[in-house]
Amino acid sequence: MSKHTVSIDINGTTVTKEVDSRMLLVHFIREELQMTGTHIGCDTSSCGACTILMNGRSVKSCTLYTVQANGKSVKTIEGMEEGGALHPLQEGFHEEHGLQCGFCTPGMIMRAAELLEKNPNPSEEEIRWGISGNLCRCTGYVNIVKAIQYAAEKMQKEAA
Amino acid sequence: MIPPSFEYLTPSNISDAVALLQKHGDEAKILAGGHSLIPAMRLRLAEPGYLIDISGIGGLDYIQEESGQLRIGAMTCEAALEESEIVQSKYPLLLDTAKMIADPSVRNMATVGGNLAHGDPANDHPATMLALRASVVAEGPNGTREIKIDDFFPDFFTTALAEDEILTEIRIPSPPSASGGAYLKIERKVGDYAAAAVACQLNIDSSGSIENIGLGLTNVGSTPIRASSAEELLKGKKPDENMLAEAGRLAAADSEPMEDLRGSAEYKRALVNELTQRAIKLSLQRAEGSR
Ligand SMILES: Cc1cc2nc3c(=O)[nH]c(=O)nc-3n(C[C@H](O)[C@H](O)[C@H](O)COP(=O)(O)OP(=O)(O)OC[C@H]3O[C@@H](n4cnc5c(N)ncnc54)[C@H](O)[C@@H]3O)c2cc1C
Ligand code: FES
Ligand code: FES
Repeated sequence: MSKHTVSIDINGTTVTKEVDSRMLLVHFIREELQMTGTHIGCDTSSCGACTILMNGRSVKSCTLYTVQANGKSVKTIEGMEEGGALHPLQEGFHEEHGLQCGFCTPGMIMRAAELLEKNPNPSEEEIRWGISGNLCRCTGYVNIVKAIQYAAEKMQKEAA
Repeated sequence: MIPPSFEYLTPSNISDAVALLQKHGDEAKILAGGHSLIPAMRLRLAEPGYLIDISGIGGLDYIQEESGQLRIGAMTCEAALEESEIVQSKYPLLLDTAKMIADPSVRNMATVGGNLAHGDPANDHPATMLALRASVVAEGPNGTREIKIDDFFPDFFTTALAEDEILTEIRIPSPPSASGGAYLKIERKVGDYAAAAVACQLNIDSSGSIENIGLGLTNVGSTPIRASSAEELLKGKKPDENMLAEAGRLAAADSEPMEDLRGSAEYKRALVNELTQRAIKLSLQRAEGSR
């Protein structure tokens, strides 16, 4: 079995570990780092529950080998709050009831984080296309869209 | 499922990568974005002993237009196509295609080179590249060669790449003025492969007649298909509704769909017929608009 030492910046801290080449990044995050906010919802790269940011871009961590993240920076849901304050997206999901069981929520938030970074004031249609790779079995998406709109407004006010 | 074990190799330039391909032969596979290969490994449809990750090789990620060609580096991801100003302003067919591939997170990893090199007739870029009359550049132990896209997909999940060759670049002739293109795809849900899809690229002369046209069909045969009878019919013509209907029928006749979970062969032929007509109309509108 092939082993490799990887160094990955996870939520601002550099982690260095030896991993099997075949270890998927989502398993590294959940099992090696014990950060279980990143979820596994499917076995087909379809649901987006495992979405994280790698070098600022949303990716499905179930469809990446850990070795592919070597030398890169990774952000998970655990890295979203800052100094005890919820990220505007987390606040939005809370305020607008953007979740029921919550299984899809971490992935939704990480995907929405990149969306708002690129497009701070998206239309409803742009939000819906933007989260089209993230499935929710509970909410029907209406409140998820509202949660993202809430965050967009708040972040724009903060930026102004 | 957890993929089978493999040896992970990270060459820093193309010649080292080629040397690794030569050394390990059919046991090795190139890893680009991994978004076709990793799912296949998880399902044990592929069990390569060696993965050669080419993402660390610099200079394979670019979109440049020069001397009458658009050059796309093999490692350019779909999201970069969507965000590219050149693509947005001059290549509506490429833009349509990138937007219809998978979903935004997959498009952050999936590469254009991988989309072609995988040889999957369900992938969207092969038909688009047929319509655009592209060619690909392959680099192997004896240097580089350019392969016409019509020669690139000889068979089901097979490409013209030799075992020790790497696809490095895609070359697309820059469209003349009054050009337009479109990609129309029917999918069961966002992110799914096509039940059927049609790529069209054309340009018109001052009277509005079609000078040149390319039509490619996705996922309606064991390889991507050029709808050549419809192309021949339309060349030099200013099509009316009847001629468009005839073009749709010809394209459907050129397709060879199989029944699967996305529909019956008859349904897919009907899709090709209708999508061909719509893609030509939209391309004509866009060509008029770009005068
Ligand atoms: C959920 C999901 C939905 C998808 N939906 C679509 C869709 O709707 N339409 C669509 O077209 N695609 C779709 N895809 C496929 C996606 O676009 C793939 O990522 C793409 O087809 C392959 O690109 P890659 O960079 O990921 O290649 P990889 O998976 O890394 O490689 C694919 C194959 O090509 C070979 N290869 C890759 N690059 C090179 C190279 N430069 N030279 C030589 N060989 C090379 C590899 O060895 C491998 O055999 C989907 C994927 C997922 C996970
Ligand atoms: S667990 Fe990664 S996409 Fe479903
Ligand atoms: S809240 Fe349950 S899956 Fe989205």
